Amino acid sequence: MSENIVELSNLEVNFKIRQGFVNEYIKRDKKTVRAVDKINLNIGRGEIVSLVGESGSGKTTTGRAILQLTPTTCGDILFDGQEIKTKDKQYMKKFRERAQMIFQDPYQSLNPRFTVFEIVTEPLILTNKKASIAEKEMLAIEALEFAGLKPAIEYLYRYPHELSGGQRQRVSIATCFIMAPEFIVADEPVSMLDASVRADILKLFVNMKEQKGTSFLFITHDLALAWLISNRIAIMYLGKIMECGPADIIAGGCMHPYSQALTSVLAMVGEKRKTERIVLKDETPSPLFIPSGCRFHPRCPVARPECKEKEPEYREISPGHFIHCHYPQKII
Amino acid sequence: MSDKLLEVQDLKTYFTITKGVVKAVDGVSFYVNKGESIGLVGESGCGKTTTALSVTKLLPNEGYIDSGKIIFDGKDITNLGDKELSNFRWKEVSMIFQGAMNALNPVKRVCDQIVEAILLHEDVTKKEAMERVKELFELVELDTNLMFSFPHEFSGGMRQRAIIAMALACNPKLIIGDEPTTALDVMVQAQILDLINDLRKKLHMSMIMITHDLSIITETCDRIAVMYAGKIVEMGNTQEVVENCFHPYTEKLINAFPNIYQERKMVDSIPGDPPDLYNPPKGCRFAPRCHKKIGDICDSVEPTLIDYSGKEHFVACHLRRNS
Repeated sequence: MSENIVELSNLEVNFKIRQGFVNEYIKRDKKTVRAVDKINLNIGRGEIVSLVGESGSGKTTTGRAILQLTPTTCGDILFDGQEIKTKDKQYMKKFRERAQMIFQDPYQSLNPRFTVFEIVTEPLILTNKKASIAEKEMLAIEALEFAGLKPAIEYLYRYPHELSGGQRQRVSIATCFIMAPEFIVADEPVSMLDASVRADILKLFVNMKEQKGTSFLFITHDLALAWLISNRIAIMYLGKIMECGPADIIAGGCMHPYSQALTSVLAMVGEKRKTERIVLKDETPSPLFIPSGCRFHPRCPVARPECKEKEPEYREISPGHFIHCHYPQKII
Repeated sequence: MSDKLLEVQDLKTYFTITKGVVKAVDGVSFYVNKGESIGLVGESGCGKTTTALSVTKLLPNEGYIDSGKIIFDGKDITNLGDKELSNFRWKEVSMIFQGAMNALNPVKRVCDQIVEAILLHEDVTKKEAMERVKELFELVELDTNLMFSFPHEFSGGMRQRAIIAMALACNPKLIIGDEPTTALDVMVQAQILDLINDLRKKLHMSMIMITHDLSIITETCDRIAVMYAGKIVEMGNTQEVVENCFHPYTEKLINAFPNIYQERKMVDSIPGDPPDLYNPPKGCRFAPRCHKKIGDICDSVEPTLIDYSGKEHFVACHLRRNS
């Protein structure tokens, strides 16, 4: 058993894009989008690591790549110390049990023609084919109750359309839980939910981590939520991790200009702004045309000439605190 | 003339469904002063969008205003006819819609869509309207070279800017923003909120901001109205309400947002579900979920919105009356 459940080293995911009939016909080289560009990230056992970034920063792609739902271009993904890209079907079947994913939109991720019971017990086809209905019901009830749908028996034979958004998300969590996975990729699991139910879902993750030792990759765009539940946070921009460190860095310990800008625009309810907001100009460039040197330099408020030419290294500035910047400094 | 630009009095907006009537908005009263912004906040299904649609009279076919008055600039607009309404919309009130992706017509150039709106409401030539679009693009800090592009060539933030430009086309006095930044990234959201704040100052507009995100309201609004199950439960100056909130629902809602500058503790959730508005509870609508319930009175008597402090801080809660 290795110390980290997931280790990514130099992971790269490229997508080739279609570009019209003529270009295809003359076999011009396809343009590639570098969605994830050589990232390094470890997820320890029983740890929640948040991957935060804007849309298009590659956070979902990273999550999908770890679970082998998207082919990777190069780099290694070690799961429990073993490289998974080269594994055979047998291993992958086992892997699918051990690693699970929770999707963003509970309105689309549940089959509308299945009952809750069918949805929750579907993964058992993989592991426990011979289970009787009664056994399956037992397992489903246990999973649903863990996910906070009590009394579970009332929900077993309902259809998804009879449930609210929060309840649906609980059903997806129960589906994931029934496999007792070691590792879960949660892709924006609460972004579609109201603030009042959000906390309950987050508590489930924390409980799962504490009781079962499950590890999480929590993908979100909300820095404050990431700070709330995770042990470590990685901030992504245009396919690269800009800064990675303990969750507490969000509350004023960030060193990368991008993460500082992100934290500065966070509004806290009932709290006056302590620092000036740094609102970055323009928008994130297209991943088709990644800027030279440091990819953040065109929008960086403290960019220097060197930033345009040389790509910074991903280095450790203090124990456990990694940064992708030539001149880490406090700007707020 | 009074300072009040818009006054909504005891508005009741109902929807007919096959089994009866859903009381989506049930007795909502508030006002918006000239140049002021008010935020409506609440969970999904609490009636905040329906309130806004009632003001602009854009309710779907099943919805109707059962009773109540909407007074805009001293004029009762509750029962306006179609023709008068079309003059009222855009020129007096305009709306910024939620999904920036879906609010623009994908097969028309952006400038043509704005010109269309201007030509319908103002007596100008097409050339003058085009000039106006150019001004508007400059106002919302969009590159005027992009005027002739199609919506799909715009990013989410640019589309939202175009929609704001469109909403400003006929110089309205009141803008209603229905979750204008929900689908946007944090940084783009900050840009758009800055833009809205600047424009409001520059053009002296009033605004109703509808959102489920309290932090947006504390950034942009002078006053706040918290809605729950079709009713306003607390209303007042934003800072006053956030710092001295009284209604248990407001309290819970505020605690549902994490604060990174305080100790890291799990945020609150509100147990239970909002009531079915087809058959709402008899007393206080929040009573079944309330953690500070004081007894039978909560279940049987509906609390009214009263200003207890004398600082225009209205609360609808029995607990407040007793203390």
